[in-house]
Amino acid sequence: MSGDHLTPVLTGRTLLRANPVSKLFAAVVITLALLASIDWVSAAVVLGCELALMPLLGISVVGLARRIWPLLVAALLGAYGTALLAEKTGGVLLDVGPFLFTEGSVAAGIAVGLRGLALALPGIFILLTTDPTDLADALAQKLHLPHRFVLGALASLRLVGLLVEQWEMLGLARHARGIGSDGSLVARTRNLLGQSFGLIVQAIRRATRLATAMEARGFGGGTRTWARTSTFTALDVGVAGVGLVIAAGATTAAVLAGTWNFILS
Amino acid sequence: MTPAQAPSPGAASVSARGWGWRHAGRKAFAARHLDLDLRAGERVLLLGASGAGKSTVLHGLAGLLGSQDEGEQEGALLLDGIRPADARGRAGLVLQDPETQVVLARVGDEVAFAAENLAVPREEIWQRVHRALDDVGLDLPLDHPTTALSGGQKQRLALAAVLAMEPGLLLLDEPTANLDPDGVLEVRDAVVRVLDRTGATLVVVEHRVAVWADVVDRVIVLDAAGGVLADGAPGAVLGQEGTRARLAEAGVWVPGRPPAVGGPVPGGGGEVLLSARDLTVARTKRGPAAVEHLALDVRAGQALSVTGPNGAGKSTAALTLGGLLRPRAGRLEASPELAGAAGTDPFRWRSAQLVQRIGTVFQEPEHQFLTPSVGEELAFGPRRVGGTADPRRTGEIAERLRLTHLLGANPFTLSGGEKRRLSVATMLATAPRILVLDEPTFGQDALTWAELVTLLRELIEDGVAVVSVTHDADFIAALGGATLHVAGGAGRLVSP
Repeated sequence: MSGDHLTPVLTGRTLLRANPVSKLFAAVVITLALLASIDWVSAAVVLGCELALMPLLGISVVGLARRIWPLLVAALLGAYGTALLAEKTGGVLLDVGPFLFTEGSVAAGIAVGLRGLALALPGIFILLTTDPTDLADALAQKLHLPHRFVLGALASLRLVGLLVEQWEMLGLARHARGIGSDGSLVARTRNLLGQSFGLIVQAIRRATRLATAMEARGFGGGTRTWARTSTFTALDVGVAGVGLVIAAGATTAAVLAGTWNFILS
Repeated sequence: MTPAQAPSPGAASVSARGWGWRHAGRKAFAARHLDLDLRAGERVLLLGASGAGKSTVLHGLAGLLGSQDEGEQEGALLLDGIRPADARGRAGLVLQDPETQVVLARVGDEVAFAAENLAVPREEIWQRVHRALDDVGLDLPLDHPTTALSGGQKQRLALAAVLAMEPGLLLLDEPTANLDPDGVLEVRDAVVRVLDRTGATLVVVEHRVAVWADVVDRVIVLDAAGGVLADGAPGAVLGQEGTRARLAEAGVWVPGRPPAVGGPVPGGGGEVLLSARDLTVARTKRGPAAVEHLALDVRAGQALSVTGPNGAGKSTAALTLGGLLRPRAGRLEASPELAGAAGTDPFRWRSAQLVQRIGTVFQEPEHQFLTPSVGEELAFGPRRVGGTADPRRTGEIAERLRLTHLLGANPFTLSGGEKRRLSVATMLATAPRILVLDEPTFGQDALTWAELVTLLRELIEDGVAVVSVTHDADFIAALGGATLHVAGGAGRLVSP
């Protein structure tokens, strides 16, 4: 059994070499541009750029779709729901019973769906191309976040992977005691609650032991050095620059197309 | 015996004066009235009954017992004349469980972690990392994933990780209790190599005396009532009949004095209860197969011991035989005698059907505790099966496993040995024909060990089939029956 359900298989050589902070910067800038306006042009431009950058991930479209399909479903549902409920402006496209879609509502739906995907992809880029240890190094050394907090979070990230394993083990152990996932809905719900409680107990014990092991290695002192240096290179200027260009391009395109719709106005 | 060595300048000395520690929320002191002096460079084996406070002493020396809200201290415990908590990095502690000590994802980073915490300059950190990995004999790339190590390798990594602090005192808390025999020697030899180079002081806690008796130059036995029971050279302490008897009584594995077990070694078995043919087992649906093409029979009134190195797939095989994991390929069939009204595929049995037929005791007893009291734990299984629990039968089981005085206690508050007994008792409550145990003797002292073996022999005598995953050769010999050796993805069955 792998203890690494959540430790991502990292791909994309180039982005892997970039500093996590520059990747975070690019993602934040793009996200801000997307959040500033709800319109389909800016979302489509961002999404188009993201898809164009896909080869950098070094992962096939099918492989990516397999990993992010819940996001695709969510985007589709969001688009459908918006199209159904948004203000009905423009010409009627479909009118069957309670289902009324107009040009205006469908455009809003598409905007929401595209926006959802465009917002989610930068996160996927970072997850797929960033080693958690490198991220912790960068956050502590470049952004000067407190090292206790950063390393604590890093260690707990590893524990989350182990929890998945513990959950499966607890399920088996309880089945062996006579409470499995069979019976009525009420029985199943109670079982699920019991297993969740068991998992919390195990998680606390596990975390306590890990904390002891860390403390026994001198963790928790005031000053600390770093074995690995987190550095910025020309690549990072590029990554941050691409982020800025995408954000600016999307905003400009939306303004020129007349779809710019600033959320605060 | 090792030749007396000149203490290295870096080695730490220890002194305890009337030292004691009581954990917050506990009435009794975990360790008390301790008076002790360890010279720099001494190699000490610390013994004592379960609950004598051995781990507490190690934690105290590691500086992990400190603040007032964690407990109450009396007397003084000093490392080089100062409080251990003020001597960060002077003592390095390795714990028992290889799985719960790994902090980071890559081998090099894991070793560097402690040096970083002590604010060692960067260039020196990597020198220390290389030296520490050399010392423990881990010849791996620095970016090797820590999850891909065997148990013995993980313990050597934990050792390397504390060596990076260049500690003057090395503290080992049952470092080999969870390892297979090869892993035990691997870790022991690495420790000796490290001590020979660094000259650090050593305090090791371990039930199994034979592993360490030849490499230490002093044995100290803690008294469960507080203070020291015996103290001296290994030959003197372990050679003295009075001390040997008292040690054995306290559950310590004294070389040449096997624990007294009741009943004879069980003989051949009866009818087949479960048969595996061309069975391939795997932990997860999509993951790799653990063991392939197994062919074996589980017989009533016979033991089947599954053995092999750490990570060979022993547990996976046993959990599959226990009806908990779906066979990847091949056949696992319950005989009509075992199946009764249920189908022949144990994996398809509902939970309530399973507990009447096969009981599986997990390595961590706590995973299987479901209620707030020992009495309710025992009644739980029968209630699942028949709606009520016969108090006479649960009473009998409690009596047999010496749990009667604990019926009102919370299972999580029991000692290690008591937890193990309770986890076996809960399974017996529904009278299964097959009992599966995963590493039942891990970290157990000699008393619990003997108790468990005696009980299992009685069960086998009564016609129960006992399937155990274990690397404990004494345990396998004591239960007799068939042995399945698992290694390299294949299983080899040795029948009696």
